[in-house]
Amino acid sequence: MLARRIIPCLDVRDGKVVKGVQFRNHEIIGDIVPLAKQYAEAGADELVFYDITASSDGRVVDKSWVSRIAEVIDIPFCVAGGIKSEDDAKEILMMGADKISINSPALRDPDLITRLADVFGQQCIVVGIDSFYNKDTHEYQVYQFTGDEKRTQQTGWNTFDWIEKVVSLGAGEIVLNCMNQDGVRQGYDIEQLKQARAKCSVPLIASGGAGAIEHFRDVYQQADVDGALAASVFHKGIIPINALKNYLKEQNIEVRPC
Amino acid sequence: MTRVITSAKNVIVDTGCANLSSVKFAVERLGFEVTITDDVTLIQQAEKVIFPGVGSAKHAMKNIKAKNLVAVLQGLTQPVLGFCLGMQLMTESSTEGKSDDNTSSSVPCLSLIPTNVEPLKAQGNRLPHMGWNTLTQVSNHPVFKGISVGDYFYFVHSFAAPVSEYTIASCEYGSTFSAAIAKDNFIGCQFHPERSSALGSKIIQNFLELDSTELNQELVNL
Repeated sequence: MLARRIIPCLDVRDGKVVKGVQFRNHEIIGDIVPLAKQYAEAGADELVFYDITASSDGRVVDKSWVSRIAEVIDIPFCVAGGIKSEDDAKEILMMGADKISINSPALRDPDLITRLADVFGQQCIVVGIDSFYNKDTHEYQVYQFTGDEKRTQQTGWNTFDWIEKVVSLGAGEIVLNCMNQDGVRQGYDIEQLKQARAKCSVPLIASGGAGAIEHFRDVYQQADVDGALAASVFHKGIIPINALKNYLKEQNIEVRPC
Repeated sequence: MTRVITSAKNVIVDTGCANLSSVKFAVERLGFEVTITDDVTLIQQAEKVIFPGVGSAKHAMKNIKAKNLVAVLQGLTQPVLGFCLGMQLMTESSTEGKSDDNTSSSVPCLSLIPTNVEPLKAQGNRLPHMGWNTLTQVSNHPVFKGISVGDYFYFVHSFAAPVSEYTIASCEYGSTFSAAIAKDNFIGCQFHPERSSALGSKIIQNFLELDSTELNQELVNL
């Protein structure tokens, strides 16, 4: 059976892995390559590397680390951050990344999704969505330029409409980052992910909010996501991947053994 | 420093697709040397040929034709291992991408293994079939030595070869399909061994350490 995926996310700034709370106050966690190798060996199913500065600085990621990661790990990995064109995507895929993820550039130029899918195949085009629940309007709204607090801005898109749009344009996978939950470890936004799941015919990855081992059980069982992404609980050693997978297996959730 | 390579024991065919470096790194992690090339002589003289690929059959066949490699690949007698799209191109045809002039409903492939690639019958499961899935049947092919039913491999695809007499491993996603196919010296895996952790590396190692007489012996026994 197809296993549910456990996906550590490594936010990258200037070649170092960093982590902030709700996208702020980034602290350095460590070097990329040894951390990537450590996660692959620990039983992670996939890794996401996200250059949090790239989109908001108007520059592309410094890409040399992509091929250094490809050299050492034997599981799939995705690179996100500032990929704006077919050439940007090609360069990163040539260096050994399995997928590329686009976020703000897709909002500016939605047809980019279709062009990338046509050239490289739908399977390697991931669309990342940063979604914020507005408690006043009771609406889920898409945000862009979330890597830089000063430039972070709301778009005109409702989250679920945007999901349907990007799937129709050729996205092969969606990573839905629920911003209200990000970094606070109170659990994934099950309600939002359930609604997203209903609109999303391609693989859906939950992001934002993992704090305890039960949060993973809940998001797989209640929101039927294909994978769950998390950062701080893995980086800080709060949840060891093997303990997580053993627990999920006991809960009858299909996982790949470590 | 560049040097002209005049012979190589192991080659990866440069089909103009994007994931060549991850395949190269996977081979090198096992301690083997490997050369990425589209040079006819290097490919023909290699002991082992790896045939990778991502993207659509239509684009890849166009690249292979442009590089004049169709007859070269068809004429290989040493062991050849295809990954993902590389496996699919070993078949007679694929319905992915259709033909250029839209007069045919499928793209002619290399016809090395007599089967055809069709849309995966996922029966309502989400596509692409993306992630780690288990093998549901494994034959005693030497490339699958040490691999068992229930082992996980990394799949990313929406098209597949049905189960046939050439199936050497199968997988299930809505319906059963070929996780690997083989005929004579040609072997293809639908999954990505280079991204399938220790068990994927085992398959690459089995292939690179394969004595081609062992392959012939195995085929006699089949």
